[in-house]
Amino acid sequence: MNDTQYNYKVVRQFAVMTVIWGIVGMLVGVIIAAQLAWPALNFDIPFLTYGRLRPLHTNAVIFAFGGSALFATSYYAVQRTCHTRLFGGPLAAFTFWGWQLIIVLAAVTLPLGFTTGKEYAELEWPIDILIAVVWVSYAIVFFGTLATRKVKHIYVANWFFGAFILTVALLHIVNSIESPAGFLKSYSAYAGVQDAMVQWWYGHNAVGFFLTAGFLGMMYYFVPKQAGRPVYSYRLSIVHFWALIFTYMWAGPHHLHYTALPDWAQSLGMVFSLILLAPSWGGMINGIMTLSGAWHKLRTDPILKFLIVSLSFYGMSTFEGPMMSIKTVNALSHYTDWTVGHVHSGALGWVAMISVGSLYYLIPRLFGRSEMYSVKAITLHFWTTTIGIVLYIASMWIAGVMQGLMWRAVNDDGTLTYTFVESVKATYPYYVIRLTGGVLVLSGMFVMLWNVVKTIGAGKAVEATIPAVSAGSGFDAPAHAH
Amino acid sequence: MDINTIRTSITVLAMIAFLGIVAWAWSSGRRADFDAASRLPLDEDDPSHDAPRENKQ
Repeated sequence: MNDTQYNYKVVRQFAVMTVIWGIVGMLVGVIIAAQLAWPALNFDIPFLTYGRLRPLHTNAVIFAFGGSALFATSYYAVQRTCHTRLFGGPLAAFTFWGWQLIIVLAAVTLPLGFTTGKEYAELEWPIDILIAVVWVSYAIVFFGTLATRKVKHIYVANWFFGAFILTVALLHIVNSIESPAGFLKSYSAYAGVQDAMVQWWYGHNAVGFFLTAGFLGMMYYFVPKQAGRPVYSYRLSIVHFWALIFTYMWAGPHHLHYTALPDWAQSLGMVFSLILLAPSWGGMINGIMTLSGAWHKLRTDPILKFLIVSLSFYGMSTFEGPMMSIKTVNALSHYTDWTVGHVHSGALGWVAMISVGSLYYLIPRLFGRSEMYSVKAITLHFWTTTIGIVLYIASMWIAGVMQGLMWRAVNDDGTLTYTFVESVKATYPYYVIRLTGGVLVLSGMFVMLWNVVKTIGAGKAVEATIPAVSAGSGFDAPAHAH
Repeated sequence: MDINTIRTSITVLAMIAFLGIVAWAWSSGRRADFDAASRLPLDEDDPSHDAPRENKQ
């Protein structure tokens, strides 16, 4: 193993698989979106039914696409800001192959109907154990790299990546405590409302730490890199970090409004969700203002467009989230497609766009190129994605509010104005618009795949040398303008 | 001791810890360190070191 070079191989592997899994996960999303509009598209084949494919979609986009993006970017950023090679030698390669194996196992077991029934934690116990092993290895590689760093400071992006890794380990292990009842069957250790609360403590913090803290780490590294300026306020980034850490853990009960969960716990969840607006917007402002004084770059640089628009979606969805956690708003929005629109404004607008922007920065550098094969194709990808997301979330907002209003409408004599199936029928056109948005986003991913293949074909895999000069609080060499 | 006393204390201690972090982050003595830390991703030549750069502009 060469200790004078960064480990780019594992970064390359995860970066390329991010694109592949993004296409797979979004394709399954498009299929189930089409099934909602035209149910016959399941062809009466069990493994093609919505109930089997929906968890495949969520697992593929969150853990396969998002997870690979997080592995790639965290491994890249932690080495380069610590001026040292990834710790643990072959352990990094083990996390790659282990993670891919988990994804393949998920893609086989979920369509076959093996599920724990816990949302975003559907995988059965043998796979859960494998996830725990790979994740602990990830933690050893990441924190080992931090521990062997050659610079004084731990850059703020690494704080976010570190919090994401630690918390996901905790969430996964606690929520997955279960008693096996056969090879691919288990029962949760929790029962009743405790099970629901543990599940949504897990579920909400999966959003808070997997889909937020990890991608904020990405933001704190790649936005300054692409903008060529340091983060707007470093002290704000520290307060942003700790405010998120102190608050996120307690917001889970907002998933259980008006259920058997005690009322005080619901209100507590709502209050903490409202407080979350402050750190979320602090982070968004910090990211966007990093561009302050360089706004003109936004006009010509499609990578910056991806990064900055992703922060705008982050700001929108972290305003919408606290609003939807207010019990009276939730009474209208819960169980409607508004929730689905909200999730995708975060998942496509924030998570996918910041990942794609970061990958467009990363991939040419991993293959010895100064930029992607086609910058125009990045612009095309940006617009298909943005228009697709806007179509998606706008149609789901309208559908959701309409469903909520129809379900609660009562006649003078107290009977319901609409049957449930009338609300389904009224949703039909919005399902078609949503599908159109999804197809646009997916087609953008194919443009990306083409661009990535061309970039790899024109370049060759390179390794970067670790800088030798390393002063106490930074790096002595002058900053290079480019 | 009543469990609620412990719960209340933890909440108050967490709040004090957070306010302490805010005060620490905004104290003037930290400025130089933070400036150095914020340059960490930028103070390095980031493009592919081992391959010739192409300048298309």
